[in-house]
Amino acid sequence: MTTSFKTSVDSGSRAMIVRRRLKRGVVTAVVIAIYVWSARGIGFNVVDILRELPLFFSLLGRMLPPNWSFGLRILPAVIETIQIAILATAIGAVFSVPITLLAAGNVNGNRPLYLVAKAFMNLIRTIPELLYASILVAGIGLGAFAGMIALVIFSTGVIAKLTSESLEAVDTGPFEAIHAVGGNKLELIRMAVIPQILPSFSGYTLYVFEINIRASTVLGLVGAGGIGTVLRTSLDLFRYQNAATTILVTFLLVAVIDFVSTKLRERLI
Amino acid sequence: MTVVYPGGVTALDKLNLKINRGEFVVVVGLSGAGKSTLLRCVNRLVSPTSGRVEIDGTDVTSAGTKKLRAVRGRIGMIFQNFNLVKRSLVLKNVLAGRVSYVPTWRTMLGWFPRADKAIALECLERVGIAEKAAVRADALSGGQQQRVGIARALAQRPQIILADEPVASLDPPTSHSVMRDLKRINQEDGITTIVNLHFIDMAIEYADRIIGLREGALVFDGTPADTSEAVFEEIYGRAITAEDKLGDGP
Repeated sequence: MTTSFKTSVDSGSRAMIVRRRLKRGVVTAVVIAIYVWSARGIGFNVVDILRELPLFFSLLGRMLPPNWSFGLRILPAVIETIQIAILATAIGAVFSVPITLLAAGNVNGNRPLYLVAKAFMNLIRTIPELLYASILVAGIGLGAFAGMIALVIFSTGVIAKLTSESLEAVDTGPFEAIHAVGGNKLELIRMAVIPQILPSFSGYTLYVFEINIRASTVLGLVGAGGIGTVLRTSLDLFRYQNAATTILVTFLLVAVIDFVSTKLRERLI
Repeated sequence: MTVVYPGGVTALDKLNLKINRGEFVVVVGLSGAGKSTLLRCVNRLVSPTSGRVEIDGTDVTSAGTKKLRAVRGRIGMIFQNFNLVKRSLVLKNVLAGRVSYVPTWRTMLGWFPRADKAIALECLERVGIAEKAAVRADALSGGQQQRVGIARALAQRPQIILADEPVASLDPPTSHSVMRDLKRINQEDGITTIVNLHFIDMAIEYADRIIGLREGALVFDGTPADTSEAVFEEIYGRAITAEDKLGDGP
C-alpha cells in the first residue's frame, strides 16, 4: 500500500518535471532563434568586428589629441543648444497645462474629452523627437527653430503625461471644499489643484529640461540646429580632432546641466 | 426627499424635515445611515433623486449652476478630514471661503482684496489661531487644522454651517473644544448649524435638537431631554456600547 502510493506520486511528479523541462527548452530555442534572426538581419558577426577593430582604433587615434582651440569656436553652438532646450521646455510646459487638466479624471468630469486628451498625449509621445525634427526640417527648413519646435511637441507630451498622473493621485478633499464654498471650475483649479500639483509640475519640467539638453545635442544630426550640427560637419569633413572636442564639450554640458537640475529637483520635494 | 445612489442604494428614504433658523441640530446614526447624504443635500453636493430642498423659500434642488454657487457661498461646510490644501498657508485656506464674494479674475491672480484678508484673519482670531495665519496648514495639529476649516466656513459669512463628523479624526479633549467652538459660534452669530456625529454623549451635550437616522429613514426627532437609552437603541438598531460614547467630558 505504501509502495504503490509512493510510486504513483513519483510518476506524477516525474511527468510534471518532464513537461516543465520541455517548456523551458522550447522557450530557450525560440529566444535564440529570434537573436539569430536579428543578427543575420543586420549583418552582425564577430569576425567582422575583429577585422574592423584596427580601423576603429585608428579613428580613435585620429581623434587624439582633441583640438582644444576648437572649444571656443563651438561656444555659439553650445549656447544655441541651451537656448533650444530652454525655449522648448518653457513653451512645452505652458502647452502641457491644459492637456494635464483635461487628462486628469478627477478634474475633468467629461469622459469623452478625458479620453481624447489621454489619447492625444500618448500619441504625441509615440513619435521620437528626432523624427519630428526631420519632418519639421523638411517642412520649415534647416535650423534651430525646427529643432526647438520638435522638442516643444515632445516636452508637451512628457510633462502632461507625468503631471496628469500625479494630479490623479492628489487629495481630492480640497476639491470638495471648493465646490462647497461655491467655487467654479477655474477657482477650483486655482485654489485646490495648482497648490497641490505645483511641486510635481516643476520637478517634471526640470526633468524634461535635462532630457531636452541631451536631445538638442543630436538635433543637429538631422539639420535642426545646436551643437550636433558642429559634430556632423566635423565628421563629414574628417576633422576628427574637432569632433572629439565637440563630443567632450557635449558630455560636459549634459553632465553639468544634469547635476544642477538634479540638485534643484531635490529641493522641490 | 429621497436619494438613491447609482447602483440602487437608497441613502435617504422619503425624509421630511424642517430645520429652524439658528438651531443647533445634531444628526446621529450609524455610518451608512444617510447622515452625510442628508448634509450634502442641503448644499447639493448630492442631488436628491426626488423631492426638494428649500432654504428660506429658495428651491435649491432646481437652482441652476450660477444660483447654486451663490447658495453654496452662504453655506459653510466642515469636513471630517478638514479638506485643507495642506501645502498652502493657513490664511490662503481661509480665503478659499471668500471665493464666492471675490471676482474670479482676482482669485485666479491670487489678489484677494484687503477687506477679504481682514475677514479671513478675523475668522482665524475667532477660533483662536490668528498667529498661525502665515504657517503651512500641514504644520498644524489636527485640532488646529479643524479650526482652520471652521474659519474657512466662517469667512463665507454663512447662514448655515454643515459639519460632517467634524471631530471623528480628533482626540476626545480636542473634540470637545471644537464642538464648543461650533456651539459658541452658533449662539453668538445665530448661524443655523447641522452637525453629524456618531457619539451619543456629545449629541446630548451640544444639541438643541437631535435627529436620528436609521437606514435612510427618520426614526427620531426631538430634544436631548426626549432621548433615552431606548431611543438610541432604536436609532442604532442594537444595544448601546461604550464605543458609542466619547467620554472625557469638558
